[in-house]
Amino acid sequence: MKTALKAMAMAACLAALCSGCGGGRQRAVQVAGSTSIQPFAQMLASEYEKQQGEVKVQVQGGGSMAGIQAVSNGMAQIGMCSRDLTPEETKLYAPIVIARDGIALIVHPSNPVKGLTKEQVRAIFAGDVKNWKAVGGPDLAVTAVTREDGSGTRETFTHLVMGSRTIAPGVRVQPSNGTVRETVRSSSGTIGYISLGLVNKDVKPLEIDGVAATEQGVIEGKYTLARPFLFILKGSPTPDAKAFIDYVLSDKGQDLLVKKGLIRAK
Amino acid sequence: MRQDKIIRVLLTAVALTAIAGLALITIFLFAEGVPFIWKTGAREFFLSDDWKPTVSEHNPVPHFGILAMIVGSLEVTAGAMIVGVTLSMACAIVLTQFCPARLAAVLKPAIELLAGIPSVVYGFMGVVTLAPFISEHFGGGNGQCVLAASIVLGVMALPTITSISVDALQAVPRSYFEGAVAMGATRWQTTTMVMLRAARSGIVAAIILGMGRAIGETMAVIMIAGNSIMIPHSLLDPVRTLTANIALEIGDAAPQHREALFATGVTLFVIIMVLNSIALVVSRRRAGSAAS
Amino acid sequence: MKILPRIPPVVAQRLAVTGLWTLTAVVLATLGLIILFILWRGLPHVTWGFLTSGPGGIDEEGGILPMIVGTALVAGIGVLVAAPIGVGTAIYLTEYTREGRLTALIRFGADCLAGIPSIIFGMFGFAFFGITLHMGYSILSGALTLALMVLPTIVRTSEEAIRAVPRSYRDVSFGLGSSRWQMVTHVVLRCALPGIATGVVLSLGRAISETAVVMLTSGSSIGMPHSVFDSVRTLALHFYTIAQEFGPTPQAYATAAVLILSVLLINITAYYLMRRFVTRVR
Repeated sequence: MKTALKAMAMAACLAALCSGCGGGRQRAVQVAGSTSIQPFAQMLASEYEKQQGEVKVQVQGGGSMAGIQAVSNGMAQIGMCSRDLTPEETKLYAPIVIARDGIALIVHPSNPVKGLTKEQVRAIFAGDVKNWKAVGGPDLAVTAVTREDGSGTRETFTHLVMGSRTIAPGVRVQPSNGTVRETVRSSSGTIGYISLGLVNKDVKPLEIDGVAATEQGVIEGKYTLARPFLFILKGSPTPDAKAFIDYVLSDKGQDLLVKKGLIRAK
Repeated sequence: MRQDKIIRVLLTAVALTAIAGLALITIFLFAEGVPFIWKTGAREFFLSDDWKPTVSEHNPVPHFGILAMIVGSLEVTAGAMIVGVTLSMACAIVLTQFCPARLAAVLKPAIELLAGIPSVVYGFMGVVTLAPFISEHFGGGNGQCVLAASIVLGVMALPTITSISVDALQAVPRSYFEGAVAMGATRWQTTTMVMLRAARSGIVAAIILGMGRAIGETMAVIMIAGNSIMIPHSLLDPVRTLTANIALEIGDAAPQHREALFATGVTLFVIIMVLNSIALVVSRRRAGSAAS
Repeated sequence: MKILPRIPPVVAQRLAVTGLWTLTAVVLATLGLIILFILWRGLPHVTWGFLTSGPGGIDEEGGILPMIVGTALVAGIGVLVAAPIGVGTAIYLTEYTREGRLTALIRFGADCLAGIPSIIFGMFGFAFFGITLHMGYSILSGALTLALMVLPTIVRTSEEAIRAVPRSYRDVSFGLGSSRWQMVTHVVLRCALPGIATGVVLSLGRAISETAVVMLTSGSSIGMPHSVFDSVRTLALHFYTIAQEFGPTPQAYATAAVLILSVLLINITAYYLMRRFVTRVR
């Protein structure tokens, strides 16, 4: 009897294994990478599926570097990257700009500070400023939150704001835009940076050098903390991947992105 | 008997598959990780707290020093043990020595059942209740720190340590207890002078296994510890453990970085193997001495 | 020489017991409150709609159907693969080989691997199944990795259960002229089944709670899976994600409630199976 059960179990496994192989069913297009792009890609993927139903698109996060690695080792067909590629990377992967976005410095809504200069932000993240009163705020300890090492958002932030200074080792680390936003929302003295498109009413974006963090500011070039959203590919895309990318670049796709707070690619 | 021969061959194959699968993991882990430690140099890998694995314009040469994470794991585990052992010992002693049998029969399975709460739920409760509490009353930024991680991990390891300790205490021969009481000892005196001493090896094994659970925890730690790459100077400093380091960066990792993470995995593997071996040796000694 | 005043033993006992009971009460209250709090906050939001729809939108609002399906597939296939192999190995180790260095080594290996952190299995699954075997982020990769993870536990608990069957049962069976395999199936396994089942069921509970492994092997796609090669987000990972990214929302509590109830149900089943095993063999 036990043999029979075991045989059935093995057969079930084989059936499960074969369910993917049989019938010429295509595998889904895998998209992986930047957590800044991930929510938008998820939204586009589900709209795309609704529209044509045959090809499935599956989206993972992990960070921009994870996207590049995923494309490199075959785990994904399309990588999402929220920073410019380095010259070496551009040689290996073809970047396609799908949108533009800003980086917002966010604080808890109860924090009276309205804006900071880039030098002040640099000082905070380098560990020089430990209390909000040093930058015109209340007598409250500063808790800075940054992203993990492979994040495109972090890379852009370091490049545009930190310059030659490094982020202090004592700064807390969270692995995605959503978790940074949630960390800032849940504790009053916290400051972090996230994708402008993912700012919501739970957190307050700061003015940087007097310029408000808005999409308009990025479009006009006044708000300089900006970066492209890229889809990257290794070699030429599979037909399914290409179809999805075309959808994202189409007016329909771009309109969806703009509606949710991003800026058009063109 | 033909059937028996076929069955024997089949079962051998099954057993070999299992062994092969598990050996594969160990071999793969070491094959990826050990050469890296050799290349980088054990001193730089284990004794430097400079962990900057991603090459960029500010960081042309990657650095792979995991000292901050080793210290982080050890500190958080030590803290977890302080919290966990105190609470589990209290529970184990109460359940076996100072509790009516019927109540104990309900409470023991209840505690074991609670061992099944997923770790992410513990982490979540820590983030929602413990971190704000610590932040308000002790400082330490937003509360993600060594202290918070220790408490959460201690509570997580608790059911494991309690249930094995209870088994150890229940395995002490009744004659030990009766003998002590017959000589006029109070129950508390019996507990401290006789029962705990007799169950000592089982309890040590329980603690070590709890330690293994704490040091191996990943998700709850990512939620509650702050994940900063620095050696914590106080209980209120954020910390990153070896496990969190692997989980946060394995997706990002370029091949060399990935090897460094496998090397981190090897470190973790060895630490836990050592702990488990000690636990096994200690509990086997208990089986021997209890029989005598 | 004693400097401190001597505390009468009865008083010392009173103090100690009060202190210990307080701590015990704290523990039971904490553990109990965690479960009750989540169920209290979450169950009101576990509606039929929640269980039969999927998440969508920028804020991943919505139900958890793909997660339930995904978790069932990943954990189910994982345990379905591990159980026969694990039980078969246990039978082999106890009935078909002689006790010796090799079996002791295998037992030691299984014990060690049972204690290895799940993240190491996850890392292995990511690198081996995901990259080397080109499975990518898929249910299959997650299931196979989980299978490896619970295999040592199943081998050990099955072995303990089989060994607990009295030797006399086996002798009687042989005395009646049975073959070894008949003895194993009709006598040993029949007796050991509740114990074996307990181990398998507990492994299922562990597989369902597991987050680190599936994050690295099955990915975190929120769509409904259509084959074992699709990526999927399990219940535990979904809870982790929305709790971390959107905070303690009703949706998070509801997901946690479903997760906790599933695991509790499984553990209670395992407990009752164990009770049956103990009464049967003793």
